[in-house]
Amino acid sequence: MSQTDLEIVVDDPTAPEDDSPSVVSSGTIEICVCLLLLALAATLGYDNWRTGASWDSTGPEPGYFPFYLSVILGGGSLYGLIAAFVAHRAASESFVTRAQARRVMAVFAPTLLFCLVMQFLGLYVASFLLIAGFMRLVGRIALWKSLLTASLFTAIMFVTFDIAFDVIMPKGPLEAAFGY
Amino acid sequence: MEAFGLLLHGFAVLLTWKTLVLMMVGLVLGIFVGVLPGLGGPNGVAILLPLTFTMDPTSAIVMLSCIYWGALFGGAITSILFNIPGEAWSVATTFDGYPMAQQGRAAEALTAAFTSSFIGSLVAVLLITFLAPMISSFALKFGPPEFFAVYLLTFCSFVGLGREAKHKTVISMSLGLLLAGVGMDTVSGQLRMTFGSAELLRGINFLVAVIGLFGISEILLTMEERLALRGHAASISLRVVLSVWKDLPKYWVTLLRSSFIGCWLGITPGGAIAASFMGYNLAKRFAKDPESFGKGRIEGVFAPETAAHASGTSALLPMLALGIPGSGTAAILLGGLMVWGLNPGPLLFVEHKDFVWGLIASMYLGNVVGLVLVLTTVPIFASILRVPFAAVAPMIVVSCAIGAYAIQNAMFDIWLMLGFGVVGYVFKKIGIPLAPFTLALVLGNRAEDAFRLSMIGSSGNLKVFWSNGLVGSITTLAILLLFWPVIDGLLGRAGWMRRAKPASN
Repeated sequence: MSQTDLEIVVDDPTAPEDDSPSVVSSGTIEICVCLLLLALAATLGYDNWRTGASWDSTGPEPGYFPFYLSVILGGGSLYGLIAAFVAHRAASESFVTRAQARRVMAVFAPTLLFCLVMQFLGLYVASFLLIAGFMRLVGRIALWKSLLTASLFTAIMFVTFDIAFDVIMPKGPLEAAFGY
Repeated sequence: MEAFGLLLHGFAVLLTWKTLVLMMVGLVLGIFVGVLPGLGGPNGVAILLPLTFTMDPTSAIVMLSCIYWGALFGGAITSILFNIPGEAWSVATTFDGYPMAQQGRAAEALTAAFTSSFIGSLVAVLLITFLAPMISSFALKFGPPEFFAVYLLTFCSFVGLGREAKHKTVISMSLGLLLAGVGMDTVSGQLRMTFGSAELLRGINFLVAVIGLFGISEILLTMEERLALRGHAASISLRVVLSVWKDLPKYWVTLLRSSFIGCWLGITPGGAIAASFMGYNLAKRFAKDPESFGKGRIEGVFAPETAAHASGTSALLPMLALGIPGSGTAAILLGGLMVWGLNPGPLLFVEHKDFVWGLIASMYLGNVVGLVLVLTTVPIFASILRVPFAAVAPMIVVSCAIGAYAIQNAMFDIWLMLGFGVVGYVFKKIGIPLAPFTLALVLGNRAEDAFRLSMIGSSGNLKVFWSNGLVGSITTLAILLLFWPVIDGLLGRAGWMRRAKPASN
């Protein structure tokens, strides 16, 4: 069966370099996350305390259960904060390197734009733009391939969801022009 | 043999053209999802869930569970041919599977993987068929205190038995429970934690969070890595399949042991990951020549795959019988049940017989069809990996957006999904586990309701959780599990001291 053993090889020309400098350490991010969670716990805790976190004649008030959860969340984050500070020197491993951050932003930024554009042009036009744009600009794939893939995928999605399964997606001026 | 009759009824429900077609579609989509980088079982099921919104619940669950079986099968393809575990539970499969592929025995390894997946699932489904109805009829006697105790047990076992740092599990779980409480309070009708926002009034939808946490964040994480891959393409011939199957009886001990481990760990929220490693390690320990493991031994494929799939399947047992999911994917299926208007829990077996037995029957049929399908189509699916990630990534993003929007037709959910994507990315990188968060988010409201109802019933006396033998032992067990690491440490020290004493005399 070794005759059928052809290899599949896929290259990744824009892969992040291994020796790229670290942008921020895991320890720092852990401290930031714990601080944010602590703030969240305080806000939610206050809101629940205002709603009523004690007992009345019928049992616990609506804020009771979430109030104590906020306390637990706050306690957990405080512990995490102290643990991160104590282990700060040990946890100086990289959270993300510069090359990795660039690649992550190369996906995150288009996704953010996609969500923004969707508000105005509807989901299908936005998906077409995202797929074609991403393939062409980030993946450096031939323009015709990008356009073809994008229009095919968008068309399949439209037929599957809007027509076959009656799951209605947000639409924009283009679909309106066709009467959908 | 009441279960047997009901199972036959389930098959009758299943055997219509429409359901069979949906089953095939689900399996193909599932293998697709399992093979593609940056997607996996839970993500795939979450993203494809909107497809089922307009179906009747039985067709919907058949299709979704087939996506799940397909994803389980698909994960093995990439781990063996490319040394890329598509899922954490396929990591152990790469230890011996990839060396086998390197030696030109890829077809053998794949056949072994698929067959053992099939056997593992089958054992677990048998367990579900006969155990689930019994558990659920027992659970029908449960009142709110018993249910709260069971929820508490689930949460506590995550904290006590999880491998992550305890405070991180606690953070993840309490955050999930808190977010589940956002919106209208179900008992009093009062608004909570909405801060005057009309969008938050609906609450934070569980599925939107899952799509963000698993789908979007997985793409961000995948992009960080080098995506180049080289691997073996293999087609499976009937001769290889038969020769592997002929040797199968030789490995019955391994298969049985792994199935048992898988079923046990699947029911308790330990999960498929632990099961696959444990299956592999035990097979290695009991082997006559442990050093040959890791160099391409077929038992090293059988053991983890059987355990992973037995556990993945048996995770559905507590979901069906008690309404408590045993895994991330089971949690998403549970979210699906609520969308289709079913109320998960023991009453499911009484009120929706067609649904439950249709699902169980589809587990049998889906696994058989899935096995045949993967054995015949491996080369096609392996070549999917030739598609560059730059084309796959935006398509996944679009699918995630469709999924998130379709759940409540709300634009706000798209932003929520994006936010959860970032949260998931950061949490994964600093080691805050996401599974407790998911579980807490889906069970939060039910756990709170159970707690408050029991409090109302007992007029605020916490002793209600120890009011009878059943609820008392579950609650005590929960608290024991919560402090298990401490207790384990104390027991260990006590044992050490006792042993040290006679030695010093």
